[in-house]
Amino acid sequence: MNLSVALPILIPLLAGAVSLVFWRSHFAQRWIGVFGTGALLWAAIVLLLQTWEEGIQVMHMGSWVGPFGIVLVSDLLGAIMVLLTGITGFATALYSLVAIPREHEKFGYYPLLHLLLAGVSGAFLTGDIFNLYVWFEVMLVASFALIILGGERAQMEGAIKYVTLNLFSSALFLSAIGLLYGITGTLNMADVAVKLGEVSGEEQGLVSVISILFLVAFGIKAAAFPLFFWLPASYHTPQVAVSAIFAGLLTKVGVYVLFRFYTLIFAHDTELTHTILLWMGMLTMLTGVLGAAAQFEFRRILSFHIISQIGYMILGLAIFTPLAIVGGVFYIMHHIIVKANLFLVSGLVYRLRGTYELKDLGGLYRSHPWLGLLFLIPALSLAGLPPLSGFFAKFVIIRAGIEAEQWLAVAVSLLVGLLTLYSMIKIWNEVFWKAAPAERTEEAPAYTHQGNSLLMYYLPIAALALMTVLIGVFAQPIYLLAEGSAAQLLAPAGYIEAVLGVQP
Amino acid sequence: MKIESSLILRAAGHFLLPLLIIFSLFLLLRGHNEPGGGFIAGLVAAAAVALYMFSMDIQTARKILYVDPRDLIGGGLTLAVLSGVPAVLQGKAFFTTLWWPVTLPLLGEVKLSTPLFFDIGVYLVVVGSVLTIVLNLAEAEDHD
Repeated sequence: MNLSVALPILIPLLAGAVSLVFWRSHFAQRWIGVFGTGALLWAAIVLLLQTWEEGIQVMHMGSWVGPFGIVLVSDLLGAIMVLLTGITGFATALYSLVAIPREHEKFGYYPLLHLLLAGVSGAFLTGDIFNLYVWFEVMLVASFALIILGGERAQMEGAIKYVTLNLFSSALFLSAIGLLYGITGTLNMADVAVKLGEVSGEEQGLVSVISILFLVAFGIKAAAFPLFFWLPASYHTPQVAVSAIFAGLLTKVGVYVLFRFYTLIFAHDTELTHTILLWMGMLTMLTGVLGAAAQFEFRRILSFHIISQIGYMILGLAIFTPLAIVGGVFYIMHHIIVKANLFLVSGLVYRLRGTYELKDLGGLYRSHPWLGLLFLIPALSLAGLPPLSGFFAKFVIIRAGIEAEQWLAVAVSLLVGLLTLYSMIKIWNEVFWKAAPAERTEEAPAYTHQGNSLLMYYLPIAALALMTVLIGVFAQPIYLLAEGSAAQLLAPAGYIEAVLGVQP
Repeated sequence: MKIESSLILRAAGHFLLPLLIIFSLFLLLRGHNEPGGGFIAGLVAAAAVALYMFSMDIQTARKILYVDPRDLIGGGLTLAVLSGVPAVLQGKAFFTTLWWPVTLPLLGEVKLSTPLFFDIGVYLVVVGSVLTIVLNLAEAEDHD
């Protein structure tokens, strides 16, 4: 019995259900949003502390013992991801208090937000592959609804691409699950890992096919090269609070599953998969950053940078040395906070000036110097400047690349870092530094009906920026945490023993 | 929506509604060990109300529901999630099944259980969401 493993899923589910009960009252929904995500954050902190002190936490749902029942497992990576979910969710809920128009609240924004968070936490905590599929669908259904909330033309256009490619990936995922079940007769991740170690030589080919199917399915979800088109086509269209939570969490679920699968389940034949992952990572970085260089709309630039950053994480997994995995986990921690924050900043800029087009913006540093500073912290962190969080994340990955003598990967990482800096400086110059275009000098708020308080915009942005700085300053404890999770990932025997209760 | 419904449909709608609702409750309760359950029972109940709507009109259909279908979604979801909680209070894993045998006059021993409440929750969610969609679509057509 280990309730703390289930709480990060139950809290958002219950909060979503209760905010549906109060669907008439916007006031109640908003505060259920804040308290629900706050409780999620608290539960995530408790879970991480418990996992850190007592090792891998397992809960057998409904007392059906694995591999027959569904298990929830929290190892350090899972607990870290849930904590990041809590942080992003809480920041978004605070931001939503002022940034979400009333019509969107009416159409169920808050219940959908909770459902999305429940799906994301579920995907991070489950120890069963089919259950993982279910959580993916919960998350996707909620995200489909969130992305079209408001029903503007651009949203529909983006949503069609988003829905089509994600459903395609779900179909691949499901086929791969079917094949895997055919070979092993189980879908409990730990049990699958054991059974795949015992398959005969002639079935090895089929195992490789399955692992590639999973790779493609999760590659699409993570927006990795070459199947990332849906992301830049859709992420700039919904409300900015929705963009922020998508940017922070959704693709990272794909990355998390890649980390889980290719260290635990498909770790027997790393020659094939990890070579593919290496090229996938490098090409993802390059195409993402080059795509961003060609964009001149605030949120589109940020969207392309999600892709290039995903490349770094995949690279960490692909190099597959202990240090590289540490780098990958560190990168995820740094990236989720920074990326969500940059989207929140873009939303505040929109609130102040009523546009995302770089050419129509300008002069914000003169009128809002603090906002300029709060943009620079995540932006420079994204580009990897010391002493911010991104520097250490990139440093660890590049160091791992040098030690593994992957010179091409190292060169690409450094180049992409430089181009990221170029993109961030471009935004800084256009939005904050250059003089405002003449016709846009006065404030043109996009929507004013939520009151004029900017405090609730600044609060989550400042908190996330502070976290970025703290991860940089206190890099050592964060590094230890990443190191602990990497050690668990690279020694799957511990995970298997915790879940099945036997020595593999 | 004013539907030119036939006399047969109108007459049948009146009789079929209670029959279908009873049938849906039957499906709901037998679902634990045999084919049936909250989902399919909810679809039957929603279909019954939809049929009633076609034979009468939307206002009448809304009236016989007493509550807004959206309230059913929220209430049902809450009930379903909460049905896992009693196990936690007894120190067992979430969603562990608990049984409470009750002896009723006439019926003999009836076993109440937490999955029953989960199923009732599912039933309410399905009825609520299907009817929200159906009634809104019918009303949208009405406005054209």
